[in-house]
Amino acid sequence: MNEITCECGHVNPEGTVLCESCGKPVEENQHIDGNDQKELLNMRYDGSARRSQTYNRTAVDKVWNFFSSVKVGVWLIFITLIASAIGTIFPQEVFIPGNVDPATHYRDQYGIPGQIYYQLGFHDLFSSWWYMLLIAMIGISIVIASIDRFFPLYKTLKKQKPKRHELFMKKQRIYGQTVAENIDADRFKENLKKRRFKVYEQDGHILAEKNRFARWGPYVNHIGLIIFLLGALLRFIPAFYVDEFIWVREGETALIAGTEGEFYIENKAFTLETYNMDDPEDAKFKEAIEKQGGPIPKTFRTDAVVYERTNSGVPGAEPELDVFKEGAATMNNPLKFDDYALYQASYQLNEFKEMTFKIHDKDDEDTNYGEFTVDLSNPQSTYELDGGYRVEVANYFPDYEMEDGQPVSVSKYPKNPAFVFNLYPPGENDPETSFLGIGANIDAGGDNQYKLGLAGFDVRDVTGLTVKKDHTLGIISLGGAIFMIGVIQGMYWNHRRIWLQPRKDGVWLAGHTNKNWYALRMDIEKAIADTNIEAPKDQYEMKS
Amino acid sequence: MGDLTNISGNLLYVSFFTYLLATFFFGGTIRDKKKGKSKVAGNIGITITIVGFLTQLGYFFTRWVASGHAPVSNLFEYTTFFGMMLVFAFIILYFIYRVDLLGLFALPIALLLIAFASMFPTEISPLVPSLQSHWLYIHVTTASLGQGILSISFVAGLIFLIRQIDQTKRSKHTFWLEFVLYIIAVTIAFIVLSSVFSAMNYETVFEAPVEGQPAEITYEMPAIAGPSEGRVLTEGATGPLFEAPQWMRGEDAAKKLNTFLWAVLGGLVLYWSARLIFKKRIAAIIQPLLKKVNPELVDEVSYRAVAIGFPVFTLGALIFAMIWAQQAWDRFWGWDPKEVWALITFFFYAAYLHLRLSRGWQGMKSAWLAVGGFGIIMFNLIAVNLIISGLHSYA
Amino acid sequence: MKEKTLQKKKKRLVFRSLMLVFMVGLAAFALIANGKEEQTVVAKGEQAPDFQLKEFTTDKTIQLSDLKGKGIMLNFWATYCGPCKDEMPYMEKLYPKYKEKGVEILAVNLDSTELVVENFIHEYDLSFPILQDKNGEVMDLYNIGPIPSTLFINPEGDIEEQVIGPLTLDKLEGHLQSISPEE
Repeated sequence: MNEITCECGHVNPEGTVLCESCGKPVEENQHIDGNDQKELLNMRYDGSARRSQTYNRTAVDKVWNFFSSVKVGVWLIFITLIASAIGTIFPQEVFIPGNVDPATHYRDQYGIPGQIYYQLGFHDLFSSWWYMLLIAMIGISIVIASIDRFFPLYKTLKKQKPKRHELFMKKQRIYGQTVAENIDADRFKENLKKRRFKVYEQDGHILAEKNRFARWGPYVNHIGLIIFLLGALLRFIPAFYVDEFIWVREGETALIAGTEGEFYIENKAFTLETYNMDDPEDAKFKEAIEKQGGPIPKTFRTDAVVYERTNSGVPGAEPELDVFKEGAATMNNPLKFDDYALYQASYQLNEFKEMTFKIHDKDDEDTNYGEFTVDLSNPQSTYELDGGYRVEVANYFPDYEMEDGQPVSVSKYPKNPAFVFNLYPPGENDPETSFLGIGANIDAGGDNQYKLGLAGFDVRDVTGLTVKKDHTLGIISLGGAIFMIGVIQGMYWNHRRIWLQPRKDGVWLAGHTNKNWYALRMDIEKAIADTNIEAPKDQYEMKS
Repeated sequence: MGDLTNISGNLLYVSFFTYLLATFFFGGTIRDKKKGKSKVAGNIGITITIVGFLTQLGYFFTRWVASGHAPVSNLFEYTTFFGMMLVFAFIILYFIYRVDLLGLFALPIALLLIAFASMFPTEISPLVPSLQSHWLYIHVTTASLGQGILSISFVAGLIFLIRQIDQTKRSKHTFWLEFVLYIIAVTIAFIVLSSVFSAMNYETVFEAPVEGQPAEITYEMPAIAGPSEGRVLTEGATGPLFEAPQWMRGEDAAKKLNTFLWAVLGGLVLYWSARLIFKKRIAAIIQPLLKKVNPELVDEVSYRAVAIGFPVFTLGALIFAMIWAQQAWDRFWGWDPKEVWALITFFFYAAYLHLRLSRGWQGMKSAWLAVGGFGIIMFNLIAVNLIISGLHSYA
Repeated sequence: MKEKTLQKKKKRLVFRSLMLVFMVGLAAFALIANGKEEQTVVAKGEQAPDFQLKEFTTDKTIQLSDLKGKGIMLNFWATYCGPCKDEMPYMEKLYPKYKEKGVEILAVNLDSTELVVENFIHEYDLSFPILQDKNGEVMDLYNIGPIPSTLFINPEGDIEEQVIGPLTLDKLEGHLQSISPEE
């Protein structure tokens, strides 16, 4: 390690560009910040020794230095940006209808480009391994680049002395010489203090500084980002994160998935309200409602009771339930209980609940030999009617479809119920068999005397709720908050320094800020008032 | 209530013309030959701008009262609000830096935005359940303010580019600068053509299959590109020059393509007529007017706008958005196109800051980045809503 | 001086290596966790979690832990699932033989309508216990996705094999053989 002893006596670490104490440019390191090419000093990181710029020996160092580079970081951001944009060209897989095959959907909807999009895997871009890898690399880059820059910068700003080297002064962007005898340095210091500068003095050399903390802003916001990313990472651990979805029918009590059998929910009622232009309250929306051409929803709400299981039986055993919470879930207002929250996410209106049938003569619909009502979620096996008629449910298909000429049920929900009924007229032992569904009423034997007809039905709504438990939210919020603090700290305050150096025939004045030069010039203007110090010049000239 | 809606609409008109008037005063500052403190035209300009801004605030709050919710719930309301925030951001930066010419460019951009907004349906619309939250206005207003401030970075960057690019020879710089100015011409053409055809009550009705079903499609501009397999129903209307390609399936896809073609062609006519009259690049016409501008100062304004706007944008468009999304859709992030484009904007300005602070990108490079950033913001506002659209399809 | 430098260099190398290993580890965890999101949590070799369910047609309840020492075939099925219905006759065919060998078949049904299942049991004349998981609690416990899904549990109560999708007669017999208690 080649430590660098400056002419001011300060010992600097290897790779230092500007002496930590007096700011003298270290001759052999000027290429690092490109100072050899320019009139003015590059003041980034105050010329401190960024390790990454110097050590490059082992493979570990090489990897480290790769991630430490801001150039690499910007490239990673840029690639991620392009990838994200590609991800919005066509809808992602999660946004396409659930009942279609994505392989054919993309081709059918978007033609050849859609097919290519699908085959390249862009339909699921944001959870692809390479997108996650990009985010992970940005995360690693943030950590390493921050470590490599924060510590040297911190040390340099801590060790800086008011006494600066001549070259440092001359090569500042704001620099001026005053040749005069009656310079009022005390007044200058007073003026600076009034403008909330901290003033340090060493052998008549003055350093005025304010808002140094603004220099830490970038590192604070990077810490925030890292916490945010770690929070997101924790979601992969099941104990931290539950994300389930349940359908609950009105009147039904169902297990809340993801709660390990601990909680149940009863759907008291699902309500869908729409805007009504005849309602004086909504009359102002008349034009928009007419233009829409269909109903515009106003509220989705599930009134529910959450039950807690009180017996600690093994899963599957009949639960004993106790009311835990009553409440409603609407959009924007989830129903919260324990660690969980239920979100109003979806609904299905008018699912069949009950059907009422009547028996009549095959040729005369006006006759009525009795009626019976079937609870579609729990039908009885036989129904005894008052007139001595008996109906046996030989088969029931809650969600009926024909498959190879045979009726089958494709789900357990009564979306399209169909029955095979055996009707026993009074005193008969041979039944009349018929098949009944929506829009189907088939006489199985062909010589039935009676017919069963649908006399009425009752429907109910189904609510779709998302079950969420998320212990990462706190960490993620913390990350977001720290990020905001860091960004504001770094962006809304500026680190400003003014140096005054006594010369034989007057003084030199120099100034530096990391941003907002205009305000720095205002500060200097106010500081030199009535001190006989001349206003310095801005030596910066725009190249283009 | 109807009265209040009318008052609100009128206030918007008034603010529009007030901004226009202020623009002329800022234009007058070019002739202020005297250097130094004489700033009569600029002072009048900023005063009128503030009056216009207050009038537009009047529009905003009267409409809020009339509709019962913050008027940021559809494309018209949001874009108008964005224009207002751009003016507000200009006022802030004007008082920091006192650059008169900023007004000459910022106000016309705001005017274009407001005029563009009024091309969309302006009636008061009800809120669907997912939008019924205080976060609607907390999120949208903050995000929009952030975008407004970031847009000032573009305005300053544009001034910088027009001032600094060497117009004596053709280069990539002159080409892309002309392209940016051409896009502005396209926007003007769109506004003018839409207004003219709508004043003429122009209409052609087509019958064309949409998702396999025949549907009626009404064009408000003469058809250059008709719907695929469409048939003209309106009597006496001329048919389209050609049909939109078949893969443009959505009900309005062909119609949007037609409007787009009109705007692009109109922009070409506008741009080239100006260019042929002056026999110069448009930027070269403007350049002499900007001699007085200090490029370093404009560069700093551009950067400062990003420094101020980036945190506001992040807070509004990402953090508040996440809080709301967590409440409304049970997840704070869902890779919805609008979300992704907000993230892209965030990434872009993060890259801008890293390049500027760590890699010393100043002046020209920085100004081009500012133009690119505004391009992304406008893409998110217009293209994502009209072409991609997801959960945010309201606005 | 020299020694101090060497020590510093070593410290730096160790620090950088540890940081990199840690961060790469986190990234790898994220990638792996993201890749296998869809898979079941109950994995091969793990102890089968206990449950208790009511049996159809009788009023008995059956608890898994009561069957310790027997090999268990745990089948998740429903009447509206075609492939599930197809493998029922195979199970019925092999049931008597393996019951004698100390293997029990438990078929957990996921329908919600009792009548439908009872009709089905009569139609197919099934003799092994069909269990009622109306709330889907056991399905949730075992993280069952698509059905049919079958777990073979050995006499020690550990999961020997999980099969997602239908079984053929041969395969079924092979799996049953593998969980038969040793004589």
